[in-house]
Amino acid sequence: MTMLEESLALSGVLFSVGVVGVLMRRNAIVMFMSIELMLNAVNLSFVALSRNVGIEGQLFVMFVMTVAAAEAAIGLAIIISIFRHYESVDIRKFRLLRW
Amino acid sequence: MSQLVFYLFAVLAVASSVLMITRKNPVYSAMFLVLTLFSLAAIYVLLNAHFLAALQVVVYAGAIMVLFLFVIMLLNLGHDVEPDVRPLIAWVFGGGLGLVLLAEVVVALRSTEAVADIDLLSVWFQEKGAVAGVAEPLFRTQLVAVEVAGLLLLVAMVGAVVLAKRKS
Repeated sequence: MTMLEESLALSGVLFSVGVVGVLMRRNAIVMFMSIELMLNAVNLSFVALSRNVGIEGQLFVMFVMTVAAAEAAIGLAIIISIFRHYESVDIRKFRLLRW
Repeated sequence: MSQLVFYLFAVLAVASSVLMITRKNPVYSAMFLVLTLFSLAAIYVLLNAHFLAALQVVVYAGAIMVLFLFVIMLLNLGHDVEPDVRPLIAWVFGGGLGLVLLAEVVVALRSTEAVADIDLLSVWFQEKGAVAGVAEPLFRTQLVAVEVAGLLLLVAMVGAVVLAKRKS
């Protein structure tokens, strides 16, 4: 019993929740957390498939985690410097490149 | 038994992720994200990825969540939250898009034929051990990628310091 289909279904549900979170929120930090959730959903499908395919799936997950850590550090630094400028993390206020 | 535990943590993960995207206060969102990441770590244990489960707790639920909470507290976003959830029409569009995405996953899952019930990893980890089973192929076959990942982390660290530094 490998629970492959259940894991892939859970991964799809979590990814969809992450997409809806990015689309629905205007708080930049919560949008960022939704992106982390999507990365985790992809990690789950890698781990689930690695039982059938081999250890490489778990190696990919490590690299995804590395990139996610780098992305979190850079993204939050960008959010801090945007907050210094606009005094807010609401994306409605960031309209330098919007009409 | 393990199936029951899997469903328990799957329900916990989905429920807390839905709560995460609907809470107004970003501190609550961060806490529900921690709960989601912990239940994913438990599912990793059930899927024979013990080392990755430990890594998930240390890296995600530890380091990245501390970073998120630190930024939320630093920017003082925890109280007098203004409602930032989009209006109803956006929920219809966004929820519809999410359902379309979900339907795509369901169709893709249904159209693939069932794979044989094989479990390569339990044998692999039995003879190598939980850490060496991951580390040995990582440093043998993916050595260049490991070095590039280390360089990426260095660049990200320098970049974060430069971006967050106050201009004098």
